[in-house]
This record gives sequence, structure tokens and C-alpha cells, in this order.
Amino acid sequence: MPPKSPPPEAPFESALQRRRRWKLLIAKQDAVPWTFQSTTLGLDSKFFTGLTGFATFLILALLAVILGNIIFNGLPGLTWRFITSGTEKDMFDVNKAGILPMILGTAARVILMTIFVIPIGVITAIYLTEYAHSTSLYTRVIRGAVNNLAGVPSIVFGLFGLGFFINYVGGSMDALFNPVNAEPVWGKPAILWASLTLAVMTLPVVIVATEESLRAIPPGLREASLALGATKLETILRIVLPQALPGILTGGILSVSRAAGEVAPILFTGAAYYMATLPTHLYDQFMDLSYHVFILSTQSPNIEKTRPILYATVLALLMLTFALNIVAILIRARMRKRMRTLH
Amino acid sequence: MSDTGFANLKFKTIVPEPPVEDPTKNTSLIVTENLRLFYGASQALKNISMSIRERMVTAFIGPSGCGKSTLLRCFNRMNDLIDHVRIEGGVKIGGQNIHGHDVDVIELRKRVGMVFQKSNPFPKSIYENIAYALRLHGMKEKADLDEAVEHSLRNAALWDEVKDRLHSSALGLSGGQQQRLCIARAIAIQPEIILMDEPASALDPLATGRVEDLILDLKKDFTIVIVTHNMQQAARISDYTAFFYIGELIEYDTTNKIFTNPANKQTEDYVTGRFG
Repeated sequence: MPPKSPPPEAPFESALQRRRRWKLLIAKQDAVPWTFQSTTLGLDSKFFTGLTGFATFLILALLAVILGNIIFNGLPGLTWRFITSGTEKDMFDVNKAGILPMILGTAARVILMTIFVIPIGVITAIYLTEYAHSTSLYTRVIRGAVNNLAGVPSIVFGLFGLGFFINYVGGSMDALFNPVNAEPVWGKPAILWASLTLAVMTLPVVIVATEESLRAIPPGLREASLALGATKLETILRIVLPQALPGILTGGILSVSRAAGEVAPILFTGAAYYMATLPTHLYDQFMDLSYHVFILSTQSPNIEKTRPILYATVLALLMLTFALNIVAILIRARMRKRMRTLH
Repeated sequence: MSDTGFANLKFKTIVPEPPVEDPTKNTSLIVTENLRLFYGASQALKNISMSIRERMVTAFIGPSGCGKSTLLRCFNRMNDLIDHVRIEGGVKIGGQNIHGHDVDVIELRKRVGMVFQKSNPFPKSIYENIAYALRLHGMKEKADLDEAVEHSLRNAALWDEVKDRLHSSALGLSGGQQQRLCIARAIAIQPEIILMDEPASALDPLATGRVEDLILDLKKDFTIVIVTHNMQQAARISDYTAFFYIGELIEYDTTNKIFTNPANKQTEDYVTGRFG
């Protein structure tokens, strides 16, 4: 190849000349004195430290105000009698109301939901990360569907639960098991349907969290296992899943947090305004803490009289959500510790 | 390549002369016939025909991207895991075509073990790392497992260093120890062939030396195929050396011949470090 000659109009520039030209562009002066003082006196850095710090403070302050208000106003009403008894006569009366059935109902629906959502979500995530071709149309459709599911308003899930679980599934079960009985057993709102509706709603959370934890596992581990003659299933069950368990539990924690406070999905599918007895079967309705908060704040004949119960109920709901979360976090911490130290 | 007369050999399986006068050690174990491999549209291996001898160390050398690792991964069908890979021609191990429809890839991998470039111990205890595959393949008694774990660790020259902490995490071992654990794990299930994909490339010279000693020791019982970027390593430990360049097998002969009197100019340039 002939040597490349420089364009004729460009004058020769020595390395020193080029360095000077560039230095002028950067430092705005030819010879830079040996000082290392900031041109802005560090003000820009201070400003952004302050700005981000203020934003953080604002969030913490908001949280403190909300929590402080609830704890301050709710704690006096949160008596032992209040949380350990049901409502006999007047649920809006401070001295007669109790929220034990609501606490049990909310705890039960969240635990039932976890039982449904974790296996289905984990199996879906395993399919998406371990089996499906990541670029195939089918996988992309499933992934798109999962993402869209996460964006559906919760009231729509409630209506879906009513239409699909209660009318279709429950109605079909009634037609199958007791066709002569006029009173529906399954084809009406029930704790089972409410939990299933919540499970559908929180499915994307579990799928995404599991997928992420599966993808974080180095492919070398799978290869190592396969190269030892393990089948794909053995590799997933014994090498991949144990590694992904903390991540899966994180998904569970997030879905519990989301589900515990939701009212809309259970509004049509299982929550009762008032029940004299506790639910004893999957087809029973239940009273729910979140729904009870809604009832207390909208249905009370005397707002001033109800306010202490309302605050106490909100505090109880917060504490229940925290408690459910803490249980899951403790399990996860124990699991991580066991993985680090190994039997 | 054609100027060296290599073209005449292209479609014939190359069987190099044995370096030792021991006929029992010179049976061909792995034979590739006209092997071609494609990643989608690009061809990674071009008509590889070679024969690898039993209980010998065969080194694959060549610049990055020349297809030596790809060829290695054909021997235990690890390429199955990659999408859009197409393989034409055949690989026979012990006379059996390993890409046949009736081949159980699990059985194949039980007999053709692999050690990877990056040591990849399971996040389990040292003991469990070795017992994992043994259990999968049906070893249940604790006494048998204990014996197999100890024997494999001794074979991999790791026993003395870890015997007091068998039940602590394998991730606490040093890089060299981890790689020897991976070798112990591979030999525990008693394969006939061990494929090693640059097993010492991430190790310091001392650890490399130990792994090399181990390979020389293992060749009494195992057929070893090793991919390496380290010329000295290939010269030190291998009986045969194959030089690859852009998907082609350029020269394959005894290590002595390749390093002292290569037939091909490209080989000579590569092994002497003058490769352009």
C-alpha cells in the first residue's frame, strides 16, 4: 500500500504544538500554574449534595409525618380488647368494636395468595430463563403479557376475579358438584377467590424478581453441572434454584406488601362488610382490615366517634403488613446465612 | 496452507506417529471426520479430521477465535446448549457417533468430563462439590461417598490442603485450589476422557505448575485434551499438539515435532511467537 500523504493544506503540527492547542481548548490558558484550586470553589458539588440530601430528607419527613400521625392517634385506640375481639353489635362504637376477624382475614388471604403465587410465578420464571429461547416470538409475547399484567389497575383485577373465578370457575364447580342445590356454594365471593385474584395481580412481581435472581446466577455453574452428566432438571433443582431462593423470597416479600393493602381486588371477590362468625372454609367470605378501613372512613354515621377506631385499625393494618414482611425477611436472612456457612 | 501440501491431508483423518513405543497406549479414542460447525451463518470449524489417542495429553493451540474451544466442546456436546449451532460431519468416541439420535448426552458427559477456563465450583461445601455428581449417578452410601471424595481430592493433589475443612464452602478456596477442586470433581465420576479448556489461564505460575503436574499425573488413567494459549505449557505437558487457525486444523503432530520442526510455516510462526 502506498504511504498515506497528509492533505496539502494542513500545515505540519508537531506533537508539542498539538498538545498546546488542546490544552488551550481545555484550560483556556497556555501555561497552567501548579495550583489545584477548584474554579467553582466546590460550590457545584455542595449544591448537588444539598439538593439530593434535601430530596431524601423530604421523603423521610413525609414518612415520619404519616407514621407519626398514625401512631400518635392510633396507639391509644389499639387496646388489647380491640385487637383480640370481634364486633358484637356496633362496629362504629369505640367500646364495642373489635378487629380480630379482620386481622385474621387479611393474614389468611395474604398467606393463601403466597401459596398460589410463588409456585406459579417461579415455574413461569424458570421456563422463561432456563427453557425458552430468549429471542423467540413466544417468549417475547409472554414477557410482554407479564409486563402488561403489572400495569393493569387493581380494580380491573377485582372485576376479572368476579367474572372468571366466581362466575365461571365457581359457577362451573357448583353446576358440577351440586346441580340441584339452588344456593351457590362456590359461585359466590369467597376467601379462595379473593386470594386467587390477588395471586394473579402479584404474579408479575414474583416472575420478575425470580427471573432476575435466576439470571444473576453465573452460566458457568449450569455448565459445570451439565458437564458432570446432570440433566437440565437436576441442574435447575439442585444448583440453580437453591441459589435463587433469596431472590424468590424478595419477590414474595414485595407481593405480600402489595397485596396486604389492596382493597379493590377483594371488593367483589371475597371481602364482607360484616360477618358474625370467622370463615371456616375456603368458600366462606371474610372480613378484611383494608376493606374495614374503607368502611370506617365512608360508612360511619358519626365520623368523630369513629375516628379513634379508624386510626387504630390503620395502625393495625400497618403493623400486620410489617409483621408479614419481617417473617419473610427473617426466613430469607436465615437462608442466606445457611448458604454462606453451609451445614 | 496449500503450499505446504497440507491440502492433500484435508479430508483424511490425521493419525500422527506415536511418540512412545508402547502400542497399548496408542489406540485412537476420539475421531472426528470432516467436522464442520456453524454458528448461525458463520462457520467456526472447517472440515476437521483428526484422531486423538487414548491416555495421552493432546494440546490444542492457536490464536483466539480459531475454533479450538469450540472443537473441544463438541466432544461432550456442550455446544448443544448454544442456540443456532449446526454440526455437520461426525465425532466418534470409541467408535460411536456421539451426535447420533440415539445418543444419551448424559451418558456421554459421564464419560467425557470437562474442566473450564474459569473455575466454577458450586456454592456448596468442598465435600458436596464432589459428592453432587456421585449422588446424581446413584452413589448413596456415606462410606462410599467419603472414600470417593477423599480419593478424588488426593488425585487432584488437594487433599492435604482441605482435609480439615471439607464441609466449609468451596468458595473460600484460592483460585488455584478451586480449579483443582473442579478437576477433582470431574475425575470423581471416573470419566475416560477429560477435556480442559484453558484450565490454568487464570492462575498464577505456582498454581499453574501444580495443575500441570496434576495433568501429567492424570494421563496414566485418563485421556486428556487441553486447550491452551501457553506455548510452554503445551510443550511441557502434551504428547501431541494440534495447531488451529480460523477454524481449520493446520498441523497436528507429536508435540516434539510441532515445536522443533513444524511442517507448516504458519505453525512455526505461531509457536515461535512471530505470528502476525
